Amino acid sequence: MNCPECDAKLNIPDDASVGEIVSCPECGADYEISKKDGANVELKQAETVGEDWGE
Amino acid sequence: MSKVCIVFDRLRTEEKMLHKEASELGHDAVLLDAKITQINTDSNREDYDFGDVVLERCVSYFRGLHFTSSLEFLNVPVLNKFEVANICGNKMFMTLLLKKNNIPTPKTYFSFSSDSAAENLEKVGFPLVIKPVIGSWGRGVMPLKDKDTMEAVFEIRDITDSPHDRIYYLQELIKRPPRDIRVITVGDEPIAAMYRKSSGGFKTNVALGAEPEICEITKEMEDLAVKSSKAMGGGILGIDMMEDEDKGLIVHEVNNTVEFKGLAKVAQRNIPKEMIEFAINHVRK
Repeated sequence: MNCPECDAKLNIPDDASVGEIVSCPECGADYEISKKDGANVELKQAETVGEDWGE
Repeated sequence: MSKVCIVFDRLRTEEKMLHKEASELGHDAVLLDAKITQINTDSNREDYDFGDVVLERCVSYFRGLHFTSSLEFLNVPVLNKFEVANICGNKMFMTLLLKKNNIPTPKTYFSFSSDSAAENLEKVGFPLVIKPVIGSWGRGVMPLKDKDTMEAVFEIRDITDSPHDRIYYLQELIKRPPRDIRVITVGDEPIAAMYRKSSGGFKTNVALGAEPEICEITKEMEDLAVKSSKAMGGGILGIDMMEDEDKGLIVHEVNNTVEFKGLAKVAQRNIPKEMIEFAINHVRK
């Protein structure tokens, strides 16, 4: 699967789960895995760090 | 066999570790994304797959807090409880509760407008550390060393004027070694601790690059951690302490959705396993 932003190849591990974040190795864009069915993976733009994020 | 539900909004290493440990302990474990879960006032517990107990692990504090209130509405046991999350998520509420329970904590000043905070700071004297009442990972934590810095910071707050910007939380700057101590408590029991060394500035947040190093839990640390956990209402917490050159150990923060992936690599006890076992036992009581 390629990065929707810069078209670089995204490395999505086979054991990645829905909800995990993958980052583009070239442009740095973050994507969240929204659906995964075997090798079919759907991505959505990951949320950016919010004011209330953390521990 | 019990069923544990781990509620997340961003699946991090910690949530995956908890899921793995729950499975390895022979429990049924589910991961649930809070962002796609819908609840209404007619909802029932049976409508969802929350299992016997929920570990609320959202990275967004407000999302996690409000999700927790929904779970408690549905009578689903959740860790941490709403009241604990509510207090620990707000530095002012937390500090007041620490002090109320005679737990040594830095002297902290509260003002409710920039003018009042400026008047107090000039009276008390520089430096003081300003911290947002809501927020984490050291964001917005700044030492106010002189009047120019204070005026710049306060002016920015007056311009942004978010509700929490009107609450001024100013704390004494503690003389200490360039590190602090994080103790993880599970059910009022300290299970692991680490030193978090500053990477140069005065902040010691691991999220900012502070180097974690295993710390042996002394009797004093244990007593303070237990007392702090009980004061907040228990559950799974991260107690932060500083070594004040004059006063000894002081507790400056108690964290609600504790991060532990760094400490888990070096701790003697299995942190996610302890958390799962505590959660299961919590509902068996």
